[in-house]
Amino acid sequence: MRTFSLVLLCSCLALGALSVRQTAAAVSQALVLELTVPDRQREALVRIRDLADPALKDSALYLWQDKTLLILNDAGTLVDLEGKPLLDSAGQALMPTEGLVVVDLETANMSVVQRALEAIELFGPELAQRKAIALRWGNVQDFAVMPLLERAQTQEADPGVKAVLLETTYKLRLANPDLQIRQQAIAYFGATRAESALSRLRDLRRQEQDPQVQAAITDAVQRIEAYLQMRNAVGYLFNGMSLASILLIMSLGLAITFGLMGIINMAHGEMLMLGSYTAYVLQEFVALRFPAHQDTYFLVALPLSVLVVGAVGVLLERSILRFLYGRPLESLLVTWGIGLVLQQGARLYFGDQTSVNSPTWLRGGWEIMPGLIFPYSRLFIIALSLVCLAVVYWLLYRSETGLKLRAVMQNRDMAACMGISARKVDTLTFALGTALAGVAGCALSLIGTVDPEVGKTYIVDSFMVVVLGGVGKLLGTVLASFGVGMSNKLLEPAIGGTAAAVYAKVGILVLVILFLQLKPTGLFPAQERLAAGTVR
Amino acid sequence: MRNAGGVSGTWKRRRVGRLAVLSAVLLAGLLSLGVQSVQAQTADPIKVGILHSLSGTMAISEAPIKEVVLMAINEINAAGGVLGRKVEPVVEDPASNWDLFAEKAKKLLQEDKVATVFGCWTSVSRKSVLPVFERYNGLLFYPVQYEGEECSKNVIYTGATINQQASPAVDYLMSADGGNKKRFYLIGTDYVYPRTTNKILRLYLKKMGVKESDIQEEYTPFHHQDYQTIVGKIKSFCAGGDAAVINTINGDSNVPFFKELANQGVTADRCPSISFSFAEVELQTLDVKPLAGHLASWNYYMSLKTPENLRWIKAYKEWCAKHNIPDKQCVTDDPMMHAYLHVKLWAKAVTKAGSTEVDKVLKALEGLELDSPVGKYKVDTQNHHTWKPVYIGKIKADGQFDVVWKTKEWVRPEPWSELTYPGRACDWSGDGKGSYDMVGGKRAWLSDKK
Repeated sequence: MRTFSLVLLCSCLALGALSVRQTAAAVSQALVLELTVPDRQREALVRIRDLADPALKDSALYLWQDKTLLILNDAGTLVDLEGKPLLDSAGQALMPTEGLVVVDLETANMSVVQRALEAIELFGPELAQRKAIALRWGNVQDFAVMPLLERAQTQEADPGVKAVLLETTYKLRLANPDLQIRQQAIAYFGATRAESALSRLRDLRRQEQDPQVQAAITDAVQRIEAYLQMRNAVGYLFNGMSLASILLIMSLGLAITFGLMGIINMAHGEMLMLGSYTAYVLQEFVALRFPAHQDTYFLVALPLSVLVVGAVGVLLERSILRFLYGRPLESLLVTWGIGLVLQQGARLYFGDQTSVNSPTWLRGGWEIMPGLIFPYSRLFIIALSLVCLAVVYWLLYRSETGLKLRAVMQNRDMAACMGISARKVDTLTFALGTALAGVAGCALSLIGTVDPEVGKTYIVDSFMVVVLGGVGKLLGTVLASFGVGMSNKLLEPAIGGTAAAVYAKVGILVLVILFLQLKPTGLFPAQERLAAGTVR
Repeated sequence: MRNAGGVSGTWKRRRVGRLAVLSAVLLAGLLSLGVQSVQAQTADPIKVGILHSLSGTMAISEAPIKEVVLMAINEINAAGGVLGRKVEPVVEDPASNWDLFAEKAKKLLQEDKVATVFGCWTSVSRKSVLPVFERYNGLLFYPVQYEGEECSKNVIYTGATINQQASPAVDYLMSADGGNKKRFYLIGTDYVYPRTTNKILRLYLKKMGVKESDIQEEYTPFHHQDYQTIVGKIKSFCAGGDAAVINTINGDSNVPFFKELANQGVTADRCPSISFSFAEVELQTLDVKPLAGHLASWNYYMSLKTPENLRWIKAYKEWCAKHNIPDKQCVTDDPMMHAYLHVKLWAKAVTKAGSTEVDKVLKALEGLELDSPVGKYKVDTQNHHTWKPVYIGKIKADGQFDVVWKTKEWVRPEPWSELTYPGRACDWSGDGKGSYDMVGGKRAWLSDKK
């Protein structure tokens, strides 16, 4: 029954180009009868597919007064198979409350509908859709689609989709009863080392009788496995790099406000949050006013978040923090309070679930080797964190401002004697630190959420990195984020189990605690003479 | 805060305060309201409570529930009310705070003397009001899918139990239509709902012939952001095309999870994921593009095309327009449909019982059937849960669903899963005393053991 109707389906699909709309009214009556008989519903559905595609969605087919077949379209009007709306005597669209019975689709027949809809997409104009369907058919193991697959291969112009179609064809051929075709398929996967065939090949090895074929399978499986090992290793390294860059961009700002200035700013996470919300607000604004520029807004969002969050930093420093220098406990409590106010403010104003849509050029990734994709958003963050690092390095160690800044941080009074306005430098330095948090927040919205509590998830890691690196040292922060990121991402797969992410984090914290026991001042301790100078 | 009827307790207090100080114009305006209030009072309205968070973390999901409940009450009143009396909603905002849920529930039952309460979303909020309802013999209608293992005399659960949402999802994935999936990656947030769901699903999968080694289970903490490694694992797990992901990740963590899936090229066609915790309302606020093509399992979708559903959506759109809810946010979803339905259920039961007394209403609810926007619903004759069809939907880029599969018939509610608690069930009909175990062919009531 099933095979028969699928064959029928395929022949119908092959004829798909020929529209049979003109005969719609004539077949309607016969279809009505068939649709209501469960055994014959499948064939009737296949015929309707050629008449009206939208009708194939669940519950959209109706019988009216037991004789007319109607379709409820997306606009909510009832139309017949020719697409003409059902009208009452006055010529108005009619929505009868009685006499309308839904045609109940048999659950088993919904796959006919699915396959038919997929076939339309496989030959459709949408490239991503074609690829998706080609992939899906490789997994569904519905051998009736073979002729369609072959036809699609001859018609397909895009090499990417063509490759998927070929792989799908070979995947289906792995189950072919003909030994030679099977061997061909095995050889194909041995050569391409496609991970997608691995589990199927393993299954096949168990069933295969012929020792020669079995050896071929074993060989193919080993080749694929060796490739996977190498690929995973590269993947773990990239994951580590990516986390390191995230940690770096998160903690650069803190390395300045906490590291250099010695201010314990518990609201640092909320500065990140403000950066994320800046991106979000801009996104909504652009979507509303300049819908054509939705792909470029993010480039504006980055500098904008620097300005906005930097300005908030100036405001914070001028109005509150400058009265708290040298009083770490008070500044801890006050900034904690500010953080809470900002969190609740964001919750009241924005609600709880918002997210930044990545621009299209940051979606997807670069397939560096088959099956291993470096997401563009992560590559972007790695690049951005390096840029930020370079800028901060230049500002601190290569510019005049940086010279003044370091002078004030090392010996305030002496710097003031030399004519440097220590007040101004304080404000600027703090603003720089928060502005960096703003950039980080903006960038991290690409891969994470934007919500009022997002700062909480970042603040602990940032402090950990800065303390581990040694307070006051830029190089320390860089190395600490690299070390923490890498070890976290190598620990995760090593631990395994149902909560690897949690245990890896615990493991990292334990390592950091142990390390700080041995070296309480971090990787690169500030020298005593300098440390004494920072006391205000 | 809006009040549907325009009449509520606060009006009177406010009137007294303002009469003294305000000008004659205001006075006249308020007097006309006063007249209305007097008219309503002579009809002796039935008070009902609405207990949903309108502020805080849960507001995004719960505020629309309040709207449909008010809409249902409005419709009932427009049709003449219940037992010839108007229904008067008392809206309380427990502000996503679990302790406040219990306090407000007590206030509704003790001070306002409401006939019933429609409320709660999270399991923790339900657990915190449960003792209040049981102590004062109140009645709570709960509209959300949940993990089961509960069966209170004072609660009617209209949302899905695990066998009405998660198990059919597995059935679908294992069917030819769902891609003949044989291996499953269960990923969730580390708390009671995912743990319980996965405990049951694991047993269910094994019953369906899935090997222990083909089931992976993994949990992340709340607000987890970094899914790089996990998605890498899922990608390898799924490479063969015979695997699927069952996702019980909670709330905000879904954003980084799905973004990572999309970025690493784990598309729905290669490796479909099925989720149980976000519906149309939540999808409106997310970046839906990475989710497109993935699946969800619910008892209702806005996109279900039945004339009743279209009518219901139209009515809700009108309600939104009247109450200044932006059109973008004006969508309907599964918990909203259940919330709307349970108001109607209550009204039908009260009419049948001829009284608003909790015990009589509960009796009348047993086996009660009702037309929902997507077909018939039925209250179980014994266990206070409802029978309903299950639909699998595919997420579309506009935050709506394409229905790809449905169960043949109503699915029976199982508050106690057959798999984790064999022989345990719940019966409140007749002289039933709630949950029981079958011991030697006899019912051993759980309440007797305590």
